[in-house]
Amino acid sequence: MNATPDPEAPVDAAFVRRWLDAAAAAMDRESARLTELDSPIGDADHGTNMRRGFLAARTAVEQDPPETPGGVLVLVGRTLISTVGGASGPLYGTLLRRAGKELGEEQAVSAARLRDALRAGVDGVAALGGAGPEDKTMLDALLPALDALTGALDAGGGAADALAAASAAADEGAKATTPLRARKGRASYLGERSVGHQDPGATSSALLITALAETARGDV
Amino acid sequence: MKMLINVAENVVADALRGFAAAHPELTVDVERRVIVRRGAPYEGKVGLVSGGGSGHEPLHGGFVGKGMLDAACPGEVFTSPVPDQMVRAAAAVDSGAGVLFIVKNYTGDVLNFQMAAELAEDEGVQVVSVLVDDDVAVTDSLYTAGRRGTGATLFIEKIAGAAAEEGAPLDRVAALARQVNAASRTFGVALSACSTPAKGGPTFDLPEGELELGVGIHGEPGRERRAMMTSGEIADVTVEAVVSDLNPDGPVLVLVNGMGATPLLELYGFNAEVQRALAERRVPVARTLVGNYVTSLDMAGASVTICQVDEELLRLWDAPVSTPGLRWGC
Repeated sequence: MNATPDPEAPVDAAFVRRWLDAAAAAMDRESARLTELDSPIGDADHGTNMRRGFLAARTAVEQDPPETPGGVLVLVGRTLISTVGGASGPLYGTLLRRAGKELGEEQAVSAARLRDALRAGVDGVAALGGAGPEDKTMLDALLPALDALTGALDAGGGAADALAAASAAADEGAKATTPLRARKGRASYLGERSVGHQDPGATSSALLITALAETARGDV
Repeated sequence: MKMLINVAENVVADALRGFAAAHPELTVDVERRVIVRRGAPYEGKVGLVSGGGSGHEPLHGGFVGKGMLDAACPGEVFTSPVPDQMVRAAAAVDSGAGVLFIVKNYTGDVLNFQMAAELAEDEGVQVVSVLVDDDVAVTDSLYTAGRRGTGATLFIEKIAGAAAEEGAPLDRVAALARQVNAASRTFGVALSACSTPAKGGPTFDLPEGELELGVGIHGEPGRERRAMMTSGEIADVTVEAVVSDLNPDGPVLVLVNGMGATPLLELYGFNAEVQRALAERRVPVARTLVGNYVTSLDMAGASVTICQVDEELLRLWDAPVSTPGLRWGC
């Protein structure tokens, strides 16, 4: 349905919009599960908030579609900041806004540039939230995804394979939050009682990376 | 769980429409979720803005009015408001004397108010933020997001609001707010979990015959669970927690606050025990407020906040206030 993308620079505005559709669909589909994960260690609203934010972002992009991949990401980030609330709004908003700003005005970018953008976004999240690895936050999915993406690209892998590796790593990272004790955000107040629950933020982060892999594979 | 609602998605908007109908003295923007004191900005007056997740009513919207807040920004249930709301509120109440943001210490509130302060300053509004973190149940501050903001929020909004009403400048209003926060401690107890409209049922499991000590105001479980105790025993644990942390050497304000589902009959009985426990620890009480002020939806239970006051803080506490949730002297 789209013009054949440049294999060297597959990530254009249309790619990011397909990712957004996949991400919004994932938040819609997984909303109840995210809220369920947020109940024992949070306040039972993560799925509702993420669903609302991504549906609003999709509407914003449909109404006034930016022409560059960076432009779409910045608009999605801004919309999330304005609609999600909680800590997730500023954190996910910053992730995508910084990623978009990294891409600037570029029309179509390589998987390596997408990796640069993801790194800029993840750095922004770490700076804003002050969390590090194994604090039981969204970074526990994003950092392994970034490492896997970098490793696969360095090994000469194509975009689809590299993003598939990132998706698997994000998923594993999210699952690996279960035995961790939360040190940031509302779950931190539970201390030892936060152990034994998978982190909802890491889980939603993994959904976003998986949507990226699906987009690169052409599933969406 | 039966709830008096239409659909879960609309509970905040529905409540704001009803709040607007009941309080024509306030301007309620249901769409953009900002509640502003009618007539704002007031010439030369510092604007006070607070906000937070909904579900804690009357906090914060119920404290907008003469002698307290100029604007409040309600978020979704238990979810912080978004920066756009606070930017709009700041612009609406700034007379040129600047705006004080009163922010409860929760990661979401802190991040959203921080973004809002930057955006408002880009628009030429001078903003100072004060963090409320009075909850002594959080002991492990190094490994958590720090002490939470709870009952002291009411003391801060009232006392800083009275100072602003008298025309105190922004740095003085902010200093008073910080003084009240530093002099306040809260400890809360839940007898039942609360139910969010989105979930439709309890957010955590609290068995019959047990209570949760050190509970937060978002249905987040507390630190410790014990077998159910009497009102007197709960007062001892609660008062000990706040007094041993603050070590007051002068008179205190006392807030005996209901979490939402505990009847006033029980709250007043609990207050009798709280007063007894304070007297046993030789803490003189200057003023006491009993009622549902910083709630947690339909949670049963109570929190106790104490704030050590000097003559100036007490005078500002006694100053006239006229809001939907707190009114005297007017």
